Amino acid sequence: MSAFVMPSLGADMEAGTVVEWLRKVGDTVHHGDVIAVVETHKGAIEVEVFEDGVVEEILVPPGEEVPVGTALAMIGDGSGASAAAAPKAPLPAAAPPMAGEVRRPDVLKVKPKAPVAAEEGRRRVSPYARRRAEALGVDLADVKGTGPGGVVQAVDVEQAAGRARASGREAPAAPPGRRRGFDPEAMRQGIAAAMAKSHREIPHYYLDTTIDMQAAMHWLEAANAERPVAQRLLYATLLIKATALALRKVPELNGFWIDGGARPAERVHIGWAIALRGGGLMAPAIHDADTMSLDALMAAMRDLVARARSGGIRGSEMTDPTITITNLGERGAEAVHGLIYPPQLALVGFGRLAQAPLAIDGAVSVRPVVRASLAGDHRGSDGHSGGLLLAAIDALLQKPEGL
Amino acid sequence: MTEQEIRDAVLESLSGVAPELDLSEVEDDTDLRNDLDLDSMDFLNFVIAVSERLGVDVPEADYGRMDTLAKCVEYLRAAQAK
Repeated sequence: MSAFVMPSLGADMEAGTVVEWLRKVGDTVHHGDVIAVVETHKGAIEVEVFEDGVVEEILVPPGEEVPVGTALAMIGDGSGASAAAAPKAPLPAAAPPMAGEVRRPDVLKVKPKAPVAAEEGRRRVSPYARRRAEALGVDLADVKGTGPGGVVQAVDVEQAAGRARASGREAPAAPPGRRRGFDPEAMRQGIAAAMAKSHREIPHYYLDTTIDMQAAMHWLEAANAERPVAQRLLYATLLIKATALALRKVPELNGFWIDGGARPAERVHIGWAIALRGGGLMAPAIHDADTMSLDALMAAMRDLVARARSGGIRGSEMTDPTITITNLGERGAEAVHGLIYPPQLALVGFGRLAQAPLAIDGAVSVRPVVRASLAGDHRGSDGHSGGLLLAAIDALLQKPEGL
Repeated sequence: MTEQEIRDAVLESLSGVAPELDLSEVEDDTDLRNDLDLDSMDFLNFVIAVSERLGVDVPEADYGRMDTLAKCVEYLRAAQAK
């Protein structure tokens, strides 16, 4: 029997609200299953369970905001033996290290907010269900709620949308110009908290270098010329793969600073900074990017962008990144010197791909170049390591066929 | 396919990539990347969508000929006529 706790989905998260349980008491769950949807300032995040077992008790109903580390449900072997003894207060020991400052549970006890399942006339609708209804063009008045107390849940909305399709009635498109999936103002607050913490606590050092991209761009043009448009690669794919491989050689920059010490990670999970249209930013993980083929990596990037924008990012994708890459793409500034996302140890930035004069073999040549930068946590590493990392990225990009 | 149909296909593809766009504000000389703030992933998704709608394969080398609405329509009309 163990507690499934409110996860910390970032350095800036102190509390969260379960908006919907996707599993009920008695259901069998496996490692990696999404069992609940948690509302955070980054939108609705699908949180996973990390053990096998049976949901024996649900302790926190949808709509109640609770601190990170609070037991949300008990997972056991199905016998229900110790369910009665389940603690309802936050479990300090269970608070993940990502939480940053873990405060005393009694101080943290957050009062339930104004009813999250708001009255809609006389109807109660979970916020996630409301968003799904908006996305699917479903009129909530037509939806029968099957949640506790008749609350309309996302599953009800999806069933209603399915019925509408089956009966040939095309659901009207969602109203244009409305953002879905996250609240930009709340996300701004989240970014503010994380970046202020980063700037306040992490002694950054910065390095940058200019990388000749001619070989990489030639290789990419040739590769894409043979591909149908849907299978083409973006040059960011090369940057991410090169960085992931380079981190294997300089592992002291891949991982976390926790409890006063550097904790390098064994696997390379790249947090890829994705700008959300209309404002906002998130950097979810591309797991094991160093082991992926460029095609698999490209597919993962497309999938991540689509889900970041529609609100389907998983909890593990928020917490797993071992480093962040920010890439300004083909427009924007020549170089970026970013802030590390706590508790990570480093951030790699790529500026705009530009044409610039380079000295090559004693002559000046105009080449496509990109300025690569490294922000390192000086508590965990020194500039020497950072320089090795940038040099390794550079070397890998000169042999794109090996990526 | 008429020019108007191609234009509609382009606008619908843009709308799929950037649902919050007000299509009535997209003019002939609107720069799709800079004015509409499409990044390279958005632009690739736009090209994929428009290729599927019109049955045209757009080589990567031709992306530069599609940077405004008018140029897009012109390029795709010529490509379809081939």
